Amino acid sequence: MSSQATTAEGEAPQFYELVPHHHAPHGSTQIGFWIYLMSDCLIFASLFAIYGVLGGNFAAGPSPEHLFNLQLVAVSTGALLLSSITYGFAMLDMDEGKKTGTLVWLVITGLLGAVFLGLTLYEFYHMIHEGAVPQRSAFLSAFFVLVGTHALHVTFGILWLVTLLVQISAKGLVPANKIRVQCLSMFWHFLDVIWIGVFTVVYLMGMLR
Amino acid sequence: MSASTSHDTLASGTHAHPNPDAHGDGHDHGTRRTYLIGFALSVILTAIPFWLVMADVIADTMIATLVIMAFGVVQIFVHMVYFLHMNTKSEGGWTMMAAIFTIIVIVIALSGSLWVMFHLNTNMMPGHIMNPADLI
Repeated sequence: MSSQATTAEGEAPQFYELVPHHHAPHGSTQIGFWIYLMSDCLIFASLFAIYGVLGGNFAAGPSPEHLFNLQLVAVSTGALLLSSITYGFAMLDMDEGKKTGTLVWLVITGLLGAVFLGLTLYEFYHMIHEGAVPQRSAFLSAFFVLVGTHALHVTFGILWLVTLLVQISAKGLVPANKIRVQCLSMFWHFLDVIWIGVFTVVYLMGMLR
Repeated sequence: MSASTSHDTLASGTHAHPNPDAHGDGHDHGTRRTYLIGFALSVILTAIPFWLVMADVIADTMIATLVIMAFGVVQIFVHMVYFLHMNTKSEGGWTMMAAIFTIIVIVIALSGSLWVMFHLNTNMMPGHIMNPADLI
């Protein structure tokens, strides 16, 4: 790589690179995105801690068994789980260079995400309609912040996915688009991991409490 | 894997890779089979805790809570391995290092918050106030 330059006597030897130092494009994008996901994980950890501390403070208001509908949660969990594997199929088609297959699987993933988001918003609407608003009790404040932050993440995931659909349709599966699909894949599966925590801690343990 | 190997091939100049993107990311993307295994496992690991709660299978709330939490933890690991393709080698082990650090911080934040606030609640209970006059 480096070779010694001719130097005058007594001077320190100088080095220079014969071959330009080369980094693969997007070489550090994935690890950087992973670090972002880990920091996002800490946000959710603090929200889970808040819910764990305040989740039992109903202030004589409605408690989980009055509010939650486990059938609805089961359906939205199923939609998110299915969207994880359809995103996996999009990744496999992308690796094989199938543009149409990638787009179709991404569209299905986005629709499943929209189903999940719709069910969450329906639940929120239903709860607010019954008077179970965030300012009713500490439990409801913690619930709306935790589940709402997750729903906000899914919303931005869907926006990102629609953007990617446009970019792939316009430019095809170029390296820049591939790295975007890979980053969204991490984001999407990460949201699924967070949802496992949400349905376990908030919904299932809430019904047991 | 990627950083050093791709650098070496570029330096030697003997091997021009047709697609530099192919092994530039250091991630194992899995196969259709691993995705299906992960999906099957996560369906099972989701269905059982939902069934336990909806059918009221375990009478003892404490045991039921612990069982459900155990299923959740196992499912999180299934997702990390089969969907997020976590292993000790990707990015030279740095993804794993970051994840372990995050898990340590999460454990400290969660257990610390619950522990401190539980004791705070216990000590704030009116029953602990020795002199009822203090309540006024």
